[in-house]
Amino acid sequence: MVTDTLTPTAESAIVESIRVAVPRRGLRHDLRAVSVVWRRELIRFRTDRLRAVTALVQPVLFLFILGTGLGSLAGRGMPPGLDFKTFIYPGVLAMSVLFTAIFSAGSIVWDREFGFLREILVAPVSRASIVIGKCLGGATIATFQGIIFLALAGFAHVPYSPVLLVTLVGELLLLSFTLTAFGVMLAARITQFQAFMAVTQMLVMPLFFLSGALYPLSGLPSWLTVLTRIDPLTYVVGPMRDAVFSHLNIAPVEQHLLAPGLDWAGWPVPQWLSLGIVAAMGLTMMAIAIAQFRKTE
Amino acid sequence: MSVRVSSRSGQLQAAPANGGDRPVIEVSGLAKRYGEVEAVRGIDLAVRAGETFGFLGPNGAGKTTTIKILCTLANATSGTATVAGYDTATQRDAVRRNIGLVFQDTTLDGYLTAEQNLRFHAELYGVPKDAVQPRMRQVLDMVGLWDRKDSLVAAFSGGMQRRLEIARGLLHAPHVLFLDEPTVGLDPQTRSSIWAYINELKGREDITIFLTTHYMDEAEHCDRIAIIDHGKIVAIDTPEALKASIGKDRVQIHTADDEAAIAALTGTFGIEAAVHEGAVTFSVDSGEQFVPRLFAELGVPIRSVSVSRPSLDDVFMSYTGKTIRDAEASGTDAMRQMARLRGRR
Repeated sequence: MVTDTLTPTAESAIVESIRVAVPRRGLRHDLRAVSVVWRRELIRFRTDRLRAVTALVQPVLFLFILGTGLGSLAGRGMPPGLDFKTFIYPGVLAMSVLFTAIFSAGSIVWDREFGFLREILVAPVSRASIVIGKCLGGATIATFQGIIFLALAGFAHVPYSPVLLVTLVGELLLLSFTLTAFGVMLAARITQFQAFMAVTQMLVMPLFFLSGALYPLSGLPSWLTVLTRIDPLTYVVGPMRDAVFSHLNIAPVEQHLLAPGLDWAGWPVPQWLSLGIVAAMGLTMMAIAIAQFRKTE
Repeated sequence: MSVRVSSRSGQLQAAPANGGDRPVIEVSGLAKRYGEVEAVRGIDLAVRAGETFGFLGPNGAGKTTTIKILCTLANATSGTATVAGYDTATQRDAVRRNIGLVFQDTTLDGYLTAEQNLRFHAELYGVPKDAVQPRMRQVLDMVGLWDRKDSLVAAFSGGMQRRLEIARGLLHAPHVLFLDEPTVGLDPQTRSSIWAYINELKGREDITIFLTTHYMDEAEHCDRIAIIDHGKIVAIDTPEALKASIGKDRVQIHTADDEAAIAALTGTFGIEAAVHEGAVTFSVDSGEQFVPRLFAELGVPIRSVSVSRPSLDDVFMSYTGKTIRDAEASGTDAMRQMARLRGRR
């Protein structure tokens, strides 16, 4: 029984049933599953333009309203020629992916409430491929969101240097992945969307404020120093600011004051370790999420 | 383009899938407890290949829990279940490959089009790439939705969504199709059209159907039914055999004084009667011949009388001591409690 027409007519469809043998699970099948879960995130991001616009509002407010307003005060501490907006730009850029990444993970809770998660969970694919697809999907759309904000770099006097842009996009991708993994880990346990929103709202602002997005991480009281070193966002905002500053003409002394580089009790944390910590956190949280989805009631 | 065609027992499938007379679904001593609530209390059943098997019972009787275990979405507390020859607890992936599912509540993504929903499913189930398009066409034609494939699912009516779910459940050509209350919440016309699709499907695909329902008239479509009440199977046979096993006609009378009528029935005729659905109800061998005697000898004014041949309602009543509607009314609280405990997964 071989159908050899490109599109069988309705009649032939009635006469013969197309037999399909679902293959045994293998790496190729799991990769298809990762890819389709990832693609679904992209389709939904593309069709939901309103979400992209609303997600842009908050970082724009921070950069232009807070940045301009506070700049008149904080600008006095800035070296001549350096805008306060330029200083906070890397941190606000990190923030622009924060909500998108976590809410993309939150769609798991949404899918659970509306039943679609069940369609995914009864499929003959590994739980890992579902979670990995979700984390990559969230990372991708959050990075797109970040790129939209990156287009506004000129308004904060950040140069559009190709090397800088590539560096920043890479760092955004890493951050987005870790944040999505964090969200997926939460979503594996939280079954109500309101609860998920409440928990993430509670966590997102502290993450942002402790990351050093709005102030330099040197000369802080010790309790705040400790808290800033716990915040995973810190380990991305630092390297992003370094990247931006390395493309500006600022005296080394002033750069050291404004972007002192991270240290643990005086030991300077190298950039590779900083970014490695973020990646390790993301992978750990993704592993926890996979373990949680493996459980059956 | 040629569609890759593989026989069901081909090399990609392991041996047990369709071996001989072995039942496609085999359940033994299955039990499931949610905290204090015993949702399923030890059930045994075997479903043959090609059969349409109905699980009939009121809401909260344990139907959905049983389906969840058979579909690998829940672990049994005790007992075993195999589907298409694979154990539902230890060979989950093999079970998942061989089953299609249509749940009570929709599990479609409303933000995607019908086609995108089906493609998502095809990828998740690893349907061979060159078979996706023709098979999709086929299942969408079957449920009459091919011309709506580019519409967003959110714009579909309840009946269209259910049809799309049936199409999706069939996309990977499963051996067993599970339908959990396939027509609940639909209007009568849509219900009958869903049944037309299911019946047509039986003629076309080599498939076993396991469905749950609390509609008596739908149970009539099944080759065999199991009546489940309070987590236990109380009867299991063909609808005809079950009705024949009752043998008696059902008589329902409306009287001026039900208490007195029940007492008189017991006293005068030696018949047990009870009030069901607002009428004094009892069973006798030949209803039509009994009615004249009833009017002559009951001694309580009768306002109306109805005599009916045994139906599945009567079967249900004779095995459980209540009609399914009575059971629904009293079972609602238990069901809510269960739903709370169960949560959504």
